[in-house]
Amino acid sequence: MSKRIDVKDLNVYYSKFLAVEDVSINIEAKSVTAFIGPSGCGKSTFLRTLNRMHEVIPGARVEGEVLLDGDNLYGAGVDPVTVRSQIGMVFQRPNPFPTMSIRDNVLAGVKLNNQKMSKGEADALVERSLRGANLWNEVKDRLQKPGSGLSGGQQQRLCIARAIAVEPQVILMDEPCSALDPISTLAIEDLINDLKDQYTVVIVTHNMQQAARVSDRTAFFNIAGTGKPGKLIEVGDTHTIFSNPTQKATEDYVSGRFG
Amino acid sequence: MTATMTPTPVRKRSSLTKGQLPKAAPYIVLALAMVIGAAILAVVGFNPFGWGIVTAILFAAGLVGWSAVVEGRRKAQDKLATCLVSGAFIVALLPLVSVIWTVLVNGIPGLIAPGFMSSSMNGVTGVFDNKAVEEGAPVVGGIYHALLGTLEITLLATVISVPVGLLTAIYLVEYGADRSLARAITFFVDVMTGIPSIVAGLFAAAFFFAIVGPGTKTGAVAAVALSVLMIPVVVRSSEEMLKIVPNELREAAYALGVRKWRTILKVVIPTAISGIASGVTLAIARVIGETAPILVTAGFATAINANVFSGWMASLPTFIYTQILNPTSPSNPDPSSQRAWGAALVLIILVMLLNLGARLIARVFAPKAGR
Amino acid sequence: MTTTSLTRSRGAGPAGDKVFSGATLAAGCLILAVLFGVALFLVIQAIPALVAPGAEIQGGAGFFAYIWPIVIGTLIAALIALVIATPISIGVALFISHFAPRRLASGLGYVIDLLAAIPSVVYGAWGAAFLAKEISPAYNWLASNMGWLPIFQGPASATGKTILTAGIVLAVMVLPIITSLTREIFLQTPKLHEEAALALGATRWEMIKMTVLPFGRPGIISAVMLGLGRALGETMAVALVLSSGALTASLIQSGNQTIAAEIALNFPEASGLKVSTLIAAGLVLFLITLAVNIVARWIISRHKEFSGAN
Repeated sequence: MSKRIDVKDLNVYYSKFLAVEDVSINIEAKSVTAFIGPSGCGKSTFLRTLNRMHEVIPGARVEGEVLLDGDNLYGAGVDPVTVRSQIGMVFQRPNPFPTMSIRDNVLAGVKLNNQKMSKGEADALVERSLRGANLWNEVKDRLQKPGSGLSGGQQQRLCIARAIAVEPQVILMDEPCSALDPISTLAIEDLINDLKDQYTVVIVTHNMQQAARVSDRTAFFNIAGTGKPGKLIEVGDTHTIFSNPTQKATEDYVSGRFG
Repeated sequence: MTATMTPTPVRKRSSLTKGQLPKAAPYIVLALAMVIGAAILAVVGFNPFGWGIVTAILFAAGLVGWSAVVEGRRKAQDKLATCLVSGAFIVALLPLVSVIWTVLVNGIPGLIAPGFMSSSMNGVTGVFDNKAVEEGAPVVGGIYHALLGTLEITLLATVISVPVGLLTAIYLVEYGADRSLARAITFFVDVMTGIPSIVAGLFAAAFFFAIVGPGTKTGAVAAVALSVLMIPVVVRSSEEMLKIVPNELREAAYALGVRKWRTILKVVIPTAISGIASGVTLAIARVIGETAPILVTAGFATAINANVFSGWMASLPTFIYTQILNPTSPSNPDPSSQRAWGAALVLIILVMLLNLGARLIARVFAPKAGR
Repeated sequence: MTTTSLTRSRGAGPAGDKVFSGATLAAGCLILAVLFGVALFLVIQAIPALVAPGAEIQGGAGFFAYIWPIVIGTLIAALIALVIATPISIGVALFISHFAPRRLASGLGYVIDLLAAIPSVVYGAWGAAFLAKEISPAYNWLASNMGWLPIFQGPASATGKTILTAGIVLAVMVLPIITSLTREIFLQTPKLHEEAALALGATRWEMIKMTVLPFGRPGIISAVMLGLGRALGETMAVALVLSSGALTASLIQSGNQTIAAEIALNFPEASGLKVSTLIAAGLVLFLITLAVNIVARWIISRHKEFSGAN
């Protein structure tokens, strides 16, 4: 259960301001794709357009097509709520719901949509999701405790468990490790490796070593200057991007000459 | 290295504390001021209040003067400012202490009178009060009808205000963004907080006079008047509470494929509920003691009336007001004043309980963040 | 357009969003309608008094002759309250924000907030039963020693139920309002400014004069304006404390009246044109407080932009 994403000629605007210009990219199913690039180059903005989360920001809009196994996310009659239930998202800072227990956090996507589920089914889903997020062994004895009582890294894995409990096709991750310590980061990176057996994973990261460690393919975004739109410079196998990029800017960035 | 180190000279005072008043200076000046103050007051006739004032003035003058001599003008100015600012705080406490003391002293006899909480003023006439004063009979009559009226009117006002206020706050925070309608609502809610309470009462009266008929005075009219006062308070406090719910939680819910309205109902409001509930409780505490709007909308009643939609209705504040201004027995106002102070004590206890409740709610129902 | 996996709607109630946002919008509009209604119904019910022949209005000389003495009385009472409450409030706010020990500050703030929690009718009862009696010797002293000033002209009221007593009670009631607003502003003074002043060797008072007071000035002004709005509209303190009468210059004789107290004292027994007259008086009070509040809010909003730029 994973789908591919094909983006064709996508422009992203904040009101009049063109934030990301003319991106076309194919994201393979059951693979990890990393977006790298300097701050403000539009990679997070672009990531949000892949599940229409940019619509939360007033004035943000897109032109172009994003196809999920051939179905356009921006086609007529498409409900953003449906899109988001198929393409989940994990955020920069772990954000478990503070009013809910660990168990309820995992079930949030189901419960908030008022879907009926027997206790047995719910228990199975909680265990499956938490195991999927490598968190089960750490929290199985305190499922009724508040999620905000976990450590930062555990909270982030709880958020991943919450995302996969909805059974999406694709998981988007927006710098999921930037607020975590190195050991928690390692746990998340291991988890990403496991996730790609079942899901299509897209990860935005500032950390080039991380991109090199976890991703199969890497896309490099860059920006010409402040006020200019961000652009996709180059996309390819991670190994190629880091060792033998075709573009000068990519080479400068991955070799640490700027950014 | 030759041992040329000289031992640190033993000094009595560090150069950093030179030219300063000793630590005990304020206490010395205070003791002197109290003694001199008592002496001055003894000449003109002693009373504790005057003693306090004279002592405070002498203390400030003495400390500032001493400081001016030893420490210089700048330090003395600083001392003077400290004295004035602390004095302002003490002055502000005086009425608080005095009000609470007056209500306690005068209110307890009324409160412990038999039947005070359980009977109304129905049938209680000046004859009874004259008897109570002249023959020492017990003071009869109570506040049951007024307490019932206050609780019913406030409850109805809360039932009207909370949905309207909370929904408006949700509109402002979740849907309004920067729309001009939202800005207009914010502005007019601010204006509404400044409406004098008696004008709110007149509005409700004028509204019902025009719709139902001249002279319409019921508990429901009073509840509408109180709602006009309560809604802006609920809107402002709920708005503040909804604003501090992190956006990340909303985004987390949207990313799970949850609709906006369910996100608001199931994620945003539960996260803010302790603050909202505490704000609502404070709003209730604010309107439960309002007198003027009830005076012009619910009339006065001496008998129990449990129906807010028909007939005049008593309330604690208007009960206090009428018992003081129009005693039941004009020739012997003492029993009326005793009842008024008893009712005032009950009202203050209600308000303080609500304030305390608001603090407890805020603490107990806050989202658990502890590890 | 063919049906794809994305056009099938999922999740609870797609219609819920419309219903819910509609409900919140309706609530917001209801508030606007209520405020508009306040103005409209007051005007409708007030018109008879404004168009009636002068002889039929109380006093027999028309609405204007009826209203202006009590407008002046309202202003006098509110001014007395502000003159007393403003310096004390600023002192209390400074005490809590900059002088009291950190650990005590929030508790002291709560004590001052208790002043705001006490119902107005209790203040009225306190003013009438306690303050008026205790303060009347002071009025006698003022009358005999400062009587050459028109505002302290004797003979002083024997009961102490004068506009000055009412003003003092009003001052106690607006004090917590002005205090809590100015305290907020003082606490927002940028720490860097304060530390810069202290690092230059300023004493605490010099630091406050250099940084806190200039920073807080717009906030103080608007807090005082909001206190003024409250003092203008406060009813019970005046209705119970003041033994009212014709407009007089002396603050220590009985006499004078405020709009709010006039309405509260007369409305319950009023009928016919008298009701209209009182509602018209309420409309005047509404307009005065509206103007004061709008000016205060305008100052606050300007201040917000100003501090946002820093």
